[in-house]
Amino acid sequence: MHIPDGFLDTKTWAVLSAVSLTGVSLAIRKINKKVDDKQVPVMGVVAAFIFAAQMLNFPIGGGTSGHFMGAAFAAIIMGPWMSLLIMTTVLIVQCLVFQDGGLTALGANIFNMGIIGPVIGFTTYKIVRQLIPGKNGIIAGTFTAAWFSIVLAATFCAVELAISGTVPLTAALPAMISIHSVIGIIEGLITLTMISYLLKVRPDIIDMQKV
Amino acid sequence: MNKFVLIGLAVAVGLAILLSPFASPSPDGLEKVAEIKSFFYKSEGKNVLNTLIPDYLFPGIKNERIATAAAGGFGTLLVFITIYGIGLLLKKK
Repeated sequence: MHIPDGFLDTKTWAVLSAVSLTGVSLAIRKINKKVDDKQVPVMGVVAAFIFAAQMLNFPIGGGTSGHFMGAAFAAIIMGPWMSLLIMTTVLIVQCLVFQDGGLTALGANIFNMGIIGPVIGFTTYKIVRQLIPGKNGIIAGTFTAAWFSIVLAATFCAVELAISGTVPLTAALPAMISIHSVIGIIEGLITLTMISYLLKVRPDIIDMQKV
Repeated sequence: MNKFVLIGLAVAVGLAILLSPFASPSPDGLEKVAEIKSFFYKSEGKNVLNTLIPDYLFPGIKNERIATAAAGGFGTLLVFITIYGIGLLLKKK
């Protein structure tokens, strides 16, 4: 879902760059002096895993592929602000080193996958866990959070393309949502596998303070 | 750094090196929509940046699978080191 250069018009990418810059500054302020010694290496491993998994496109049929996003995964383990910081770092490296996602679209990509993804993922997870108690709540919350995080990121992506005049919303929105609803199922299953595994072997990591 | 972290990092780097050469080459969700709705051309030749390792192919390696694996391993370590550094800067004093 990395938007390349050329898909967004100047007003859209400029506004989204400003919004994302504000979001990232806010995240840094929230996180600053709250990270403890144990969390630093976990941040590293979560970010490394997300980068690696984002390279592993899987076929979803119809000559289309999808890849893991990871925003909900990071948010469930570390909290929404941490997820924002981790996703932003991954997206910046992808853009500046690997030419994945355009430089003008970096703000938009951070907004969709680094802000919408974590916020929707974390909020969904919290709501489902309040509705369903115990372990079932963790399982249902994880899958739903992962699914919504990627579908909502795709929704915002479609809206940005439409505002830029690149494609009509009536064409972009149903197409982006339907394809990412399928990719979202895989996102949910991967996230669920990872969280269930961590719950089993290292429940302390799931219980770690969230920022 | 504890054992779990080292294993976690090794798994991430291992995934990137061993599996990325076999990732699906099909267009992803957004690229597919751009093809179907005929706006893919708008990005062609519009790249603002020419980066070190474009399209996850490590420069100087002819075999595409090996170039992808090298880019994947390098990128995973780079991301780990970068966020580790940021984490240290934001740590409790």
